[in-house]
Amino acid sequence: MFYSVEPMHIPDGFLSAVVSIIFWCLSIVGISIALIKLNKDTDERKMPLIGMLGAAIFAAQMINFVVIGGTSGHLMGAAIAAILVGPWAAVLVMTTVVAVQALIFQDGGLLVLGANIFNMGILGVAASYIVYKIITRLSGSKKWGIYLGGFSAAWLSIVLASISVSLQLAVSGTSPIRIVLPAMVGIHALIGIGEGLITVGALALVFAVRPDILQPSRERFAPGALLAIIGFGLAVGLVLLSPLASTYPDGLEWVAEQQGFLNAAREPVYKIIPDYILPGISNEALATILAGILGICLILIIGLIMAYARRKRQTV
Amino acid sequence: MHLVDARIKLLLTLAFILTVSLLPSGAWPVYVLLVFLIIGFDMLSELGMGYILKRSLFSLPFILAALPIIFSNNGPTAGVISLGPWDLVITQGGLERFVSIALKSWISIQAAVILASTTPIPDLLGAMRALKVPRLLVQIFGLMWRYLFVMADEAQRMLRARYARSGTSNNPDLKPGGSIPWRAQVAGGMAGSLFVRAIERSDRIYMAMVARGYDGEVRSFNPPKINALSWLILGMFCTFFGILLLLSILFWS
Repeated sequence: MFYSVEPMHIPDGFLSAVVSIIFWCLSIVGISIALIKLNKDTDERKMPLIGMLGAAIFAAQMINFVVIGGTSGHLMGAAIAAILVGPWAAVLVMTTVVAVQALIFQDGGLLVLGANIFNMGILGVAASYIVYKIITRLSGSKKWGIYLGGFSAAWLSIVLASISVSLQLAVSGTSPIRIVLPAMVGIHALIGIGEGLITVGALALVFAVRPDILQPSRERFAPGALLAIIGFGLAVGLVLLSPLASTYPDGLEWVAEQQGFLNAAREPVYKIIPDYILPGISNEALATILAGILGICLILIIGLIMAYARRKRQTV
Repeated sequence: MHLVDARIKLLLTLAFILTVSLLPSGAWPVYVLLVFLIIGFDMLSELGMGYILKRSLFSLPFILAALPIIFSNNGPTAGVISLGPWDLVITQGGLERFVSIALKSWISIQAAVILASTTPIPDLLGAMRALKVPRLLVQIFGLMWRYLFVMADEAQRMLRARYARSGTSNNPDLKPGGSIPWRAQVAGGMAGSLFVRAIERSDRIYMAMVARGYDGEVRSFNPPKINALSWLILGMFCTFFGILLLLSILFWS
């Protein structure tokens, strides 16, 4: 009755010991950072709030709605938590939810709890918060911006978490990546829509009842927003055209072929997305496009994190 | 099993699950031994085999994720399934790995079920504290646990109200319930109201705690000392697991 039906909580025995330990370490680091950041806040009201929101998210996961026929969508909660209480508290909220689910309801293993916390609590929260902030800032925190940001944040949190689960399963040797990655991501792209819809619905209610939590404003578009949007549109457009790129070798490869030292090139140590072709998708054009989109998003996120870090240092 | 100290139980469960996870694939005698061991614990816990089996089997749909491993290239072929134009080759190594993962998962879940069902939550939180989980985190767990069922009850009431007010129809052509955006808005509204209630309730809880002297520190009674017998049992089991692990790794990988 209390368990969540999403295929995202990994049980024990599915991840190798190495992968489990790595993600335990990552999760511990993430949780510690969140705790430190919260302590600096010196707002003790947050502590009951985090517990209560954890209980609310847990209960909200019982709420479903029929999407198509027999399938129903329902909530994971990282996005709504991040939007309502900010990233650090949301990490703790999701950690609590996932941990209680694992400990008491056996939804997810104990040894792999670190990995589950990382997927849903840390990665999910980080992705949702970043996307939400970007979109609301671009739209000047108008109402539709909040809804769009909420939907995108929720969708992305589910999809990224599912990618993380697939990678963990693949690296542990539990599932071959060319099957599990498209399967998980495909299913969760659909589940993500459900999550997005519920998140928007919840935001709508919070907006109606307690708009002060969401802090909308009547500003005009943020400066530079147009540039950002055009830039992003250009990038996506180019990615969509990328399968048309010339297959002739680039300058260095051509010289290497001519001079005969092409064979001296060694194989890369690991292959995540070799040759810009996402593994697991048979249509090469589609695989290239998706790889390109993934690349854009990664670079965007890294660039934003660096900009944010720099800004924080400047205000000190 | 209910009477064993929570800290010992937690450590034992973690050690057990760790051992099971680290066992190499295909070490069948050890798996059988551990299955008997966990069934022994099941019976000791007096929880009832039906209860434990029911709880331990519901996480196993995840096994579908590991299904493709049967068909990976791991050793000699054991059989071929033809599905139309594709020939799926079942390899012996793949089958071994799949069954190993399923068994390991099932055994681990049973251990977790026993731990969770025989330990009162405050004791479990105390055990986590003893394992050096940060105090703030343990406090949050405790608060969440207290209000979990309150929130869950509210969610149940809302679900029942929604069910009472929606139509269902046996006519397959008639699709009741409105459009998808409308349904999402209703469901989202239910979730949203849970969140708003949580936020406002937390304010009231904080005021109540402050009125009773909360200053940011949560203090609790010192738990009773663990007696030597419990330490002995813990030590025995851990050495047993360690030896088992060592032998399995030597023989089967």
